[in-house]
Amino acid sequence: MTFWTYRRRDNLVGYLFVAPALLGSLAFVLVPLGLVGWYSLNEWNVLGGTFEFIGAENYQRLLADEKLRSALVATAWFAAGLVVLNLSLALLLAVLLNQKLRGTTIFRTLFFSPVLVSLVAWTLVWQLMLQPEGSVNGLLGFLGVDGPNWLRGDTTAMISVIVVQVIKNVGLNMVLFLAALQGVPAPLYEAAKIDGAGPWTRFRRITIPLISPTILLTSIITIVGSLQVFAQIAVLTQGGPGTSTTVLIYYLYQQAFQFHHFGYGATISVLLFVIVAALTLMQWRMRRKWVLHET
Amino acid sequence: MTTLSRLTALILAALLALTACSGSATSGSKSLRMTVWTANEAHLKLLNEIAAEYKASHPDITEIKFDSIPADGYTTTLTTQIAGGNAPDLAWILEESAPDFVASGALAPLKGKIEKADELVPSAVRLWEKDGELYAYPFSTSPFGLFVNTSLIKNVPARWTWDQAIAAAASSKGLVLPDFKYQNWAVLSAIWRGWDANAWSDDGRSCGFSSQEMKDAMSFVHKAIFTDKAIPGPGTTVDFFAGNAAMAISQISRAGALKDAEFTWTLMPLPSGPKGDYAVIGQAGVGVLKRSKNAEAAADFLGFFTNEANSAKLAQFFPSVRSSLLNAETLAKSNPLIRPEQLQSVVVDGISKGVVKPSHQGQEELNQTIRAALDPLWKPGANVSAVLDDVCTKIKPLLERK
Repeated sequence: MTFWTYRRRDNLVGYLFVAPALLGSLAFVLVPLGLVGWYSLNEWNVLGGTFEFIGAENYQRLLADEKLRSALVATAWFAAGLVVLNLSLALLLAVLLNQKLRGTTIFRTLFFSPVLVSLVAWTLVWQLMLQPEGSVNGLLGFLGVDGPNWLRGDTTAMISVIVVQVIKNVGLNMVLFLAALQGVPAPLYEAAKIDGAGPWTRFRRITIPLISPTILLTSIITIVGSLQVFAQIAVLTQGGPGTSTTVLIYYLYQQAFQFHHFGYGATISVLLFVIVAALTLMQWRMRRKWVLHET
Repeated sequence: MTTLSRLTALILAALLALTACSGSATSGSKSLRMTVWTANEAHLKLLNEIAAEYKASHPDITEIKFDSIPADGYTTTLTTQIAGGNAPDLAWILEESAPDFVASGALAPLKGKIEKADELVPSAVRLWEKDGELYAYPFSTSPFGLFVNTSLIKNVPARWTWDQAIAAAASSKGLVLPDFKYQNWAVLSAIWRGWDANAWSDDGRSCGFSSQEMKDAMSFVHKAIFTDKAIPGPGTTVDFFAGNAAMAISQISRAGALKDAEFTWTLMPLPSGPKGDYAVIGQAGVGVLKRSKNAEAAADFLGFFTNEANSAKLAQFFPSVRSSLLNAETLAKSNPLIRPEQLQSVVVDGISKGVVKPSHQGQEELNQTIRAALDPLWKPGANVSAVLDDVCTKIKPLLERK
């Protein structure tokens, strides 16, 4: 009886096969995650080179931080606006482009192409277009509307950031919806038609339930993505005017990298992590209610 | 078993590669790295020439590398490098981060290393000193001046008053502040100093935004933007250097951008305000990071980099604060674009009498807080006094913090 039985040997080989991936996620995900937790319990003065354990002090500061509250509100607005606009537009486009008409391929390509554009380049172009004398207001002027200074108004700045992000990414959700729509068996529609169901009823009673797994997937992706919005804010508004577009991750960046409060920045990351985890868990739980059909 | 041992070897190799990434080259021969925010070829050429000369006489220094980091976000990148354990040996430091760097103890003392330190103009060194010790060498001191496009505006006097300047700008293509962008409010000190206004008191403890001087100055700026339409409003970019504006308030180090200008231009001192003539300067220092393994060698190189001969060479791009070099004749040799009398009135007088742009410990947090609090000001019909009072309410806790 040797130590290296076939079973043990097989197991070892298996572990070795997953080791590269495991090591990668250990080095680049789990260890940094643990370190963020550790940093959040310390006051870290980068310039002075001091690193001092302060326990829960950063977390107490988190609770009393008024700017954090305003950042959370901005984040909620951004996420809500993005999810509602992105998902409804993506579904609408997918339904329209799911028709067997000539030219749909061109439109599909057109709506998907922004997804492939570099994020910063996309945002920079929009920054130019949203200037007071930019092409957006030029177009509005053509229609007789006096456009606002989009990126400098409290409400219009937030709307601008949301719309720029929606147009950038709506194509991705559209493709996912298209795939789902094409997976809905045609006989179901035929049967419903015979039973006298109109287009709206067919959409509500057949399409929506059958594509609900995709709705869940896209909403998770979009919400988690909305919490990570950074480049758009950094380029378009720098969190302004006032603090109206200072979302959580931009506030984190300011605290850690601009104000040199790395410990407090880490504490905000922990909060962001908790929020993302909670939202994902919640959506996952709700799938039993939402998702009527799971394969 | 061979498969197994091969796999083990592979894993070991991978682990070795991982650990190798975290370590760095061992010393013995020293190499130095200086972070700079210029990527200008002429600047880098001069820096490399000075470095080459130093290396020739110091064989133990194998490499002196100038690491260009974009000016936008320079300090953020620098502090991130420091936080990541990858601090440079020497670094350029912007005036606005000077108090943070000097007070934190991140920089090594330099006084003994600088040649003829007593000839440095005192007003220009103040920012970089603590307890009588010098922590960075102010290698570039660049006064703000008023550039005027004389193809658009003829017959300019030697010095305007602010009212005259704004009237002239309004009747032509306007006045721009290229670095302001309705974000970098500190640039406005080039205007409000004419009203004797200050962002905060000299000791940095009390807020100056709610003072009457500041309210008068900012009302003037607001009127110039929204009523007189002499300064382009928020969100619009107008490029003076391309000939699209009549005048610009900028640092004289920008004169280089006018080398190929297709219009004629002149450089004037800042217009005089209600409280008379004044000057405002922007500054940059270069310091040695205390944490550098080669701090001693880096400080030694800095001494060479800033000695009289090299200061004279650097002065063609970065005005020197050595009194021996601070005269119109010396400056004229390296600034062919600017006439001697302009150099005298803007640069020499500016550096010796000027006030440095506002800076404070925790500057970046103050910057962002003030930027956000000032935003309501940048629209027509804003209540200037209320906005400025609000700025003080917002920054009071930051100014009072240790």
